Amino acid sequence: MRHLIIGSGPAGVVAAETLRKADPAAEITLLCGEAGPPYSRMAIPYLLKGDIAEQGTHLRKEVDHYDRLRIRLVTGRATAVDTQARTVSLGQGAPLPFDRLLIATGSRPSLERVPGIDLPGVRSCWTLDDAKAILDQARPGTRIVQMGAGFVGCIIMEGLLSRGVDLTILVRSGYMVRRMMNATASGLLRSWCEAKGVKILTHTQPTGIASEGGSLQVTLKDGRILPADIYLSAVGVDPNLDFLQGSGIEVAQGIVVDANLQSSVPGVYAAGDVAEATDCLTGKRQLNAIQPNAVEQGRIAALNMAGRPARFKGSFVFNVLTTLGLVSSSFGEWQGVAGGESCEVLDERRYRYLNLQFDGDRLIGANTVGFTDHVGALRGLIEGRVRLGAWKHRLVEDPTLIMQAYLAAAHSVA
Amino acid sequence: MAWTKNVLRVNLEAGTCTSEPLNLQWAQDYLGQRGLATKYFVSETDPKVDPFSPKNKLLFVTGPLTGTMAATGGRYSVITKGPLTGAIACSNSGGYFGAELKFAGWDLVIFEGASPKPVYLSITDGQAELLDAAHLWGKTVWETEEIIKKQHQDPQIRVASIGRAGENKVLYAGIVNDLHRAAGRSGVGAVMGSKNLKAVAVRGTRTDAYRLADPEAFFATTEAGKKVLAANGVTGQGLPTYGTQVLMNVINELGALPTRNHRDVQFEGAMAIGGEAMHEKRPTDGKANLVTNGACFGCTIACGRISRMDPGHFSVKDKPQYHGASGGVEYEAAWALGAANGVSDLEALTYANFLCNEDGFDPISFGATVGAAMELYDLGILTREQIGFELPFGSTEGMVKLAELTAKGEGFGKEIGLGSKRLCAKYGRPELSMTVKGQEFPAYDGRGLQGMGLAYATSNRGACHLRGYMVSPEVLGIPVKMEPQATEGKPAMLKAFQDLTAVVDSSGLCLFTTFAWGLSDIQPQIQAACEGDWSEERLLLVGERIWNMEREYNLAAGLTCKDDNLPPRLMKEAAKTGPQKGAVSKLDIMLPEYYQVRGWTKEGVPTADTRKRLGV
Amino acid sequence: MQKSLHIDPNKCTGCLQCEMACSWEKYQSFTTAKSRLKVFSFHHEGRFVPYTCTQCDEAWCVIACPVDAIRLDPVTGAKIVLEPTCVGCKVCTIACPFGTINYVAQTGKVQKCDLCDGAPACAKACPTAAITYVDSDWTGLDKMRQWAGKTDTNPATV
Repeated sequence: MRHLIIGSGPAGVVAAETLRKADPAAEITLLCGEAGPPYSRMAIPYLLKGDIAEQGTHLRKEVDHYDRLRIRLVTGRATAVDTQARTVSLGQGAPLPFDRLLIATGSRPSLERVPGIDLPGVRSCWTLDDAKAILDQARPGTRIVQMGAGFVGCIIMEGLLSRGVDLTILVRSGYMVRRMMNATASGLLRSWCEAKGVKILTHTQPTGIASEGGSLQVTLKDGRILPADIYLSAVGVDPNLDFLQGSGIEVAQGIVVDANLQSSVPGVYAAGDVAEATDCLTGKRQLNAIQPNAVEQGRIAALNMAGRPARFKGSFVFNVLTTLGLVSSSFGEWQGVAGGESCEVLDERRYRYLNLQFDGDRLIGANTVGFTDHVGALRGLIEGRVRLGAWKHRLVEDPTLIMQAYLAAAHSVA
Repeated sequence: MAWTKNVLRVNLEAGTCTSEPLNLQWAQDYLGQRGLATKYFVSETDPKVDPFSPKNKLLFVTGPLTGTMAATGGRYSVITKGPLTGAIACSNSGGYFGAELKFAGWDLVIFEGASPKPVYLSITDGQAELLDAAHLWGKTVWETEEIIKKQHQDPQIRVASIGRAGENKVLYAGIVNDLHRAAGRSGVGAVMGSKNLKAVAVRGTRTDAYRLADPEAFFATTEAGKKVLAANGVTGQGLPTYGTQVLMNVINELGALPTRNHRDVQFEGAMAIGGEAMHEKRPTDGKANLVTNGACFGCTIACGRISRMDPGHFSVKDKPQYHGASGGVEYEAAWALGAANGVSDLEALTYANFLCNEDGFDPISFGATVGAAMELYDLGILTREQIGFELPFGSTEGMVKLAELTAKGEGFGKEIGLGSKRLCAKYGRPELSMTVKGQEFPAYDGRGLQGMGLAYATSNRGACHLRGYMVSPEVLGIPVKMEPQATEGKPAMLKAFQDLTAVVDSSGLCLFTTFAWGLSDIQPQIQAACEGDWSEERLLLVGERIWNMEREYNLAAGLTCKDDNLPPRLMKEAAKTGPQKGAVSKLDIMLPEYYQVRGWTKEGVPTADTRKRLGV
Repeated sequence: MQKSLHIDPNKCTGCLQCEMACSWEKYQSFTTAKSRLKVFSFHHEGRFVPYTCTQCDEAWCVIACPVDAIRLDPVTGAKIVLEPTCVGCKVCTIACPFGTINYVAQTGKVQKCDLCDGAPACAKACPTAAITYVDSDWTGLDKMRQWAGKTDTNPATV
């Protein structure tokens, strides 16, 4: 059996490893979009900070890891999938044949449509190469104008500031990380960043970027012009799906998959950022671009590819973010649901915040800032759809009792 | 080593917190906790100071073994001049607060001055700040802890606070930490209230707060110590099973259980309020009063009582906030709330005890004061009109009502809050106050146990069982059996106990270990933790030095040998029943001998030689 | 037979000897705040509940780690954080539905119970046998697994 996996992120690598375990005789090929060993984008901020060397970003540390598991690494980018011929084209060279295919191509930075976005000096911070280019250029005093304060925009800030750059952040919506944080949490992050010397301009975006005398001029909506050495575009990510055009694989927001993570084409699977699977909270199909979801889907897809039926039980969105040292997290339906209840505690001075959302006596979502102890229990409570019973009321009174509530309700120990 | 070597000085008037290095010479001379903080206190304050004056200081202090794996190594003390006694006040507490303070990196916190408005001290490791406590003033201890933890969003914060008793300067208000552990006696909470200081909230996460001198030796000796505690009948079985309440029936049978303001020495209701009763299922709801036993930080004995009331009991029927588990009655509290005023309703005692914890007042002084009020009522000196309700001996309702009124300073509770000495004096019968130096007796009769009588009379903080626990030799035979009515050898034994107790109270350990541990068990633990040479001889010298330092302070404060006395009832009215029937206190025989073994003059003043020997 | 930590909250008195022992093992300090095992206090119920990682088979933390910093100890079955490799991204801390792997700001890494190489300091220190280290069959591991199954958080197994 020939297994081909497109994409060497966490979903792809875990799928390859799972395939090897489940099917010792199989031929496994992992198509890597970038040269070098598979690495983790989650580690890039720590590379920027100088905490780790490049090797520290690698998904697997043993040099012979893939050889030992007989996983063939091929560098190249898929340009098309022929589901009839069962091949994947790389644009050059012979197409790669497959019996089973896993698409785990992850995301890429969203493109801003601004004049000048193609100028040298305009960068994103997504790949290892992007990070290395920024490291090369960022010096004390280097002026960086960053568009966007989403997850990526926030998590790279510490690395940038640690190099002494002059950082200005443009936030179109007015709210940082608005896709994972409510206004209160977002506001805390903003004041934290500003206290650390980051300039944040809200409700604005560039209307054009120009190159002048070796530096950039970023023109804003209101006519202001910001000089910059680097324009960093971090306005979000989109799934890497362009190469699927004409393949016959059904794509909505992402690749539509069933409970076995199989696409509309038999034998073709999807996992990670590109898979549009079921959200276990809402029951709706949606993308879920987070690491734990990627590895879980990689594993489930691989089992099915190896002929060992496994069902993906759905996932939900949760994430943890460190912004200049301030840890925040987001779980599930943090916006709340109609008819639900919520509670929160806020300590602006200490940058601490906890917001819980309930549906009946079940926890369905949460936002936290500066709260790191036992935070995984929030996932346990939400995903387990744990009935909180009397503890619901106690949590509404004091949300900081979350761990007690978890132990009492989920483990019945109190 | 074992000391963090850091002192936090908090000026409440200026609102400042400053760090200063610990006086290491004093640490070597006074070990820590009680001894060390008292040394700071007597060096910095005028002995004549009014306890409620801003010039009085309030010190929170840990010991070198606080926050270590030594069994019971979690104690802290509060030192100030006590408003109940006008003497040195030193109250010791367990729970988790002391260890947390140590982990935050502080041996000692010195509060000086008074804040112009309510504040609380927030300590997170090396950072300390005074924060506004307007929203906490008027709140109970339980509410205060809950609010602070929620506000700081940290359930791991440890809080020591005063309740409304401290705010209203009830003269025996305590400081309560971890909801139901208390620096309970002598009114240290009232001093805290007089300073507008509501609480101290601590979070300690430092791994470099202090070092052990010899970790290997420390683990060897503390593990050996734990084995001794586990193998001992009192610390290994009696205390975990029954708590200190193991004593109720023992002391009653011995005829040394003061009853109805010391009119009697045996209580017919003892069985109903003792440790065994707490285990029995109630006929009303089929559940026992005792839920489980709980430990303080690092304690392998776990004598703490955790109780749940009968939700149908009249006192809490419509008060669900008291239906959960909380700190149950220990022996002294059960005695004071029960036998001392003739009440034998365990549930009512539990409720009153909850209130003492909730609003921060000493159940011993409170219960004993209620007993005195009942006697005044019985004699017709206090009337129903004055009190607002009937208050005969044995009135459960009366005791409960006064517990509800006292902390709030409402109604007759305001007078109960003065303590027994001032109450009895106010109504012209000072001799009915069962106190020494203004502080109420705990649960052993000085007629029934002659050594305890001497211990009460000579205790530096007023009547107290925890300054020289003569019950050990007189009842339990530890370290040797002494007959209750004998006087021979007791002054010397008491001196040894007082000095040893001063050492234990200065180490960070709990005095209850001494049911099983002798100095030879404790000394190696201190030696392994602390730098310096800590021989048994030196430790006893430290203990004696501490005792004499406290004595000197009291003398300078204006107390004299006349204050080393017992109420006339104990000297003249013989025990009516039981094995000690006919006994009165033989204090007059023992006291001169005690002064002698102490190296004091006939007036109870340390001689020049004694001073020189101890370097006081 | 692999062994596991067996926790019996009924026997716990809340003395925190276990937390001190854990902290000493890893930090040579008794600082309970640093313990990988926590005793949760249920004041209202009069109950103390020691709680730590059960070294679950699902190993959420291991699979969630983006830099392969959490490994299985084949002898003890413990999932062990390799500190030099951990970058401190905290993904494991939100992935573990039991809340038993935690970020330590002081080190910038995560920490969890590693069973002390097969001689857990907490069990040794517990004076009441509320925490014991026993053959896996007897532990609450199965109970926790059952819970995981009941609540749909466990995936199909390989």
